[in-house]
Amino acid sequence: MKTLIGTNVSILTSDIISRNMEKIKIENLSLVFGKNRSKAIDLLKKGQGKSEILEKTGCTVAVRDANLTINEGEIFVIMGLSGSGKSTLLRCLNRLINPTIGKIFINKDDITNMSDKELLEIRRKELAMVFQHFGLLPHRTVLSNVAFGLELQGISKEERETRAMETIELVDLKGYENQKVSELSGGMQQRVGLARGLANNPEVLLMDEAFSALDPLIRSQMQDELLLLQEKMQKTIVFITHDLDEAIKLGDRIAIMKDGEIVQVGTSEEIITNPANDYVTSFVENVDRSKVVTAGSIMFTKPTIARLKKDGPAVVVRKMREKGLSSLPVVRTNRTFLGFINIEDAVNLKKKEIKSIEEAIKPEAMTVTAEATVEDILPLLSKTTRSIPVVNEENHLLGTVSQTSVIAEMTGKDKDEISDIIQKAYDL
Amino acid sequence: MIIGDTIEQGINWLTDNFSGLFDGINESMTSMIGLIESFWVWLPFYITIALFAGLAFWKAGIKNGILTLLGLVFIYLMGFWEETMQTFSLVLGSTIIALATGIPLGIWSAKNKTANSIIRPILDFMQTMPAFVYLIPAVLFFGLGTVPGTFATIIFAMPPVVRLTSLGIAQVPEDIVEATKAFGATPMQLLRKVELPLAMPTILTGVNQTIMMSLSMVVIASMIGAKGLGEIVLQGISQLRIGLGFESGLAVVLLAMILDRITQNLGKKSKKK
Repeated sequence: MKTLIGTNVSILTSDIISRNMEKIKIENLSLVFGKNRSKAIDLLKKGQGKSEILEKTGCTVAVRDANLTINEGEIFVIMGLSGSGKSTLLRCLNRLINPTIGKIFINKDDITNMSDKELLEIRRKELAMVFQHFGLLPHRTVLSNVAFGLELQGISKEERETRAMETIELVDLKGYENQKVSELSGGMQQRVGLARGLANNPEVLLMDEAFSALDPLIRSQMQDELLLLQEKMQKTIVFITHDLDEAIKLGDRIAIMKDGEIVQVGTSEEIITNPANDYVTSFVENVDRSKVVTAGSIMFTKPTIARLKKDGPAVVVRKMREKGLSSLPVVRTNRTFLGFINIEDAVNLKKKEIKSIEEAIKPEAMTVTAEATVEDILPLLSKTTRSIPVVNEENHLLGTVSQTSVIAEMTGKDKDEISDIIQKAYDL
Repeated sequence: MIIGDTIEQGINWLTDNFSGLFDGINESMTSMIGLIESFWVWLPFYITIALFAGLAFWKAGIKNGILTLLGLVFIYLMGFWEETMQTFSLVLGSTIIALATGIPLGIWSAKNKTANSIIRPILDFMQTMPAFVYLIPAVLFFGLGTVPGTFATIIFAMPPVVRLTSLGIAQVPEDIVEATKAFGATPMQLLRKVELPLAMPTILTGVNQTIMMSLSMVVIASMIGAKGLGEIVLQGISQLRIGLGFESGLAVVLLAMILDRITQNLGKKSKKK
């Protein structure tokens, strides 16, 4: 890699990697409010609990040893109930609140060591924030609110208003630019808040319960619009919410916080299918799992299959009898999915002493991708009693989803409980 | 009494050691008030009346415009025009100084807890100490005349604008302050672009109160030689001329009402109904 060409290549690849890589890194960050902070931090390092530290030092632990990596271009949701420290953690990212210990890197620059001047610069250019209660200037117009960040940078009136108008169009506020913000509805005001954030063209957008003050219909509309905008913009968004449904809808990844600690980080599916502890379990209990859980996570990855070249009718029949199945998916050697074979057809072939199962394959089968959610799979179950094959883009068989596993996922009961229920129904 | 003695000694020490400073203040205040006064006395009464009535009409509506017009004409007809202008000049001069010191003090006490805890009791003291008491050190520092009157007036009239400026800034919603900081505002930008504009209605209430209080103090200040309507009130009292006292008192009331109506509406957009 020390040759000329080699060096070039390595520069290129590191470019590509950094584009897909971490934007924000939080390391061992703790934040304590109160007078006797150093003692509180000592106790915290010794692993003492929040209430013990409060009792011994009078200090409140707001964030405890947080470690996070947020990647470029993702919507990262930090979720928790009030008092979980999520908003405090967010405010550490632009140092509206200074962390007591720990480091925060944005683009590999440690912002906890920055001078006031550097900090102003990073707040102006790289981090924009959207607030729950909007934080707009009521005595100013929509246009001048949107241009406010640019105004603080000292950009000329003409230029900042041109740029503000572009963002106003982006968030569908055109025609309102000369109205006072106090005359607008909550949803409209938050569009102004969002536009103000975007007008600076920041790399990172911090959104603090940005949609929580809006009524449900408007909230869901704004969520959709944010997702649409994000497709165009590809910003790094850190979104704070107390609403798990919102977190699931928006978040590429989610961190769950409780009492100042990050309890679990993962995609919504990881969190729902594999909650880290009882707290997360109780949180995800009421979630509509059918929208989140995918075929990929509930499929049986080693289903019994019939291999076109290798398995003759006799083998196929034996396999089905062993497992008590009435049909099997048929694949080529490279696992390309071809269709199903039924047990009666296989038995017929065996009787006729035909060696290949090819002519008995029923190709008309429904398949799903690994990303299909349970919600997508459910309607298919009304048309078939077979397991649903899960395939990738090349039509290779990845696994199968059985009816039982879909029902287990929907009801949150395991297979034994389900057979119990079925047994009871028979007994009646 | 120990306290009385200490204060007396302190004041004496100040007059002994800082006479140069007080003379300097005395001179500059005399020339400032003199300049303001000579302007308003020089300006023909009809122009002054037209100016005031016009301003009242523009800022505070037709009703207050008419009140101003009639009030000033009435003062003129009573024969107190020059004294009224002298009083107004004193009010104007002391208000300008009171605001120039009071608004920064208010901002400081809103921003700084220590400053606030020092300024607050001093304000309590300034507001509740009987107004006459200020006259004594004022005379000791500056002798008799307009300047000690102005000095006493400034002390008496400054607290409301300090308090209300501080209150106005403290009342700016935390989320707006936070948002402004988050977009990279310097403390100065925060103050200029956000806090002062949002606190302005409250600050203007303070300005209005300061003007009203300085008007009431200016009358008292005539006891130590400040010129204006107070002189005539004092004359009425000392000579037991009820009529004269009442007439000049009425002129003070009218001036107060006019200044109040105009300044109350200064911050609002002009209304012409």
